[in-house]
Amino acid sequence: MINWVANPARFTRLSARAMPWCGWGAAAVTAAGLYWSLVLAPPDYQQGDTVRIMFIHVPAAWMALTVYLFLAVASAVALVWRHPLAEIAARAAAPIGAAFTLICLATGSLWGRPMWGAWWVWDARLTSVLVLFFLYLGYITLVNAFDDPARGGKTGSLLALVGVVNLPIIKFSVDWWNTLHQPASVMRIGGPRIDIAMLVPLVIMAVGFLLLFLTLLMLRMRTILNERKAMALRLNAEAPGPRSVQERAMVVHPGAG
Amino acid sequence: MSGIAGFFAMGGYAEFVWPAYGVALVVLAGLTAHSWRRYRQSVLAVERLQRTRPSR
Repeated sequence: MINWVANPARFTRLSARAMPWCGWGAAAVTAAGLYWSLVLAPPDYQQGDTVRIMFIHVPAAWMALTVYLFLAVASAVALVWRHPLAEIAARAAAPIGAAFTLICLATGSLWGRPMWGAWWVWDARLTSVLVLFFLYLGYITLVNAFDDPARGGKTGSLLALVGVVNLPIIKFSVDWWNTLHQPASVMRIGGPRIDIAMLVPLVIMAVGFLLLFLTLLMLRMRTILNERKAMALRLNAEAPGPRSVQERAMVVHPGAG
Repeated sequence: MSGIAGFFAMGGYAEFVWPAYGVALVVLAGLTAHSWRRYRQSVLAVERLQRTRPSR
C-alpha cells in the first residue's frame, strides 16, 4: 500500500523536473538532426536524395521496436509484481509506439515507390512491421475496452507479451526470407556499414526521437495518474456518508473487515 | 539547379522526400499536441474536484 502511493508521488516529482530538459532537448537535437539530414548530408551515389528519407525512416523503425520492447517489459512487471506505475507506463507508451510505427510505414512507402517501383509489397519485413502496428492498435483498444482499468490493463498486458514474438521476426526478417528490403547496415555484427556522413545525422535523429519518446511518456503517465486521481475524488464525492465512516474504522482497526 | 530551388527540388525526388518529412512532422506534432491537451484537462479536472471537496 505504501508502494502504491509513494512511487507514483515520487514519479510525479521526478518527472516534473526531467520533462522540460527532455522536451527542449528533443526539440534542439531534432532541429540539429533535420539540418544535418536535409542540408549537410550528401545524396547517395545510387539513391540520390531519396536517401534522406532514411534519416526519418530508420530512427522511426528503431523507436517502433524499442517502444514495443518497453511496452512488453512494463506489461510483464505489471502482471508479475502488480506495480501500478508499470501498467500506467505501458498504457502511456503504446500510442507513442504506434505513432513511430506509422511514420516508419509511411516513409518506407514513400521511399519504396521511387527505389523499388512499388508503394507496398507483401514481403516479410513490411508485413511484420504492419503486424507490429496492429499489435499497438490492438493493445490500445483492449486496455480501453473495460470499465475497470485493472482488468483492461491485465488483458492488454497479456496481448503485449504475446506480441513479443514479432520483434525477432521483424529484426531478422531481412536475413531469414528473400525480401526487397535491404539488410541491416547499422545494427549488425562487425559494426555499421554506412558512411560516417550519413551515420552522424542518423544517430542525431535517433537521439532526438528517443528524447521525444521520454518526454511524451512522462507527460502521458502524469495524465493517467491525474485522471485516476480525479476518478477517485469523484467516487469519493458521490458516496460520502457510510463509506467514509467505514474507512475511518479501517484506519483505527487495520485489518478489520 | 542550385541554391534554394535546388534544395527544394531534392534532386528530382521532392515528391517523395518532402512528404516523408511532412508525415513525421504531422504525426509527432499531432501526438504532442494531443498529449499536452489531455494533460492540461487532467490537471484542471483534479483542481476542480479538490476545490469543491477539499481533501481531509
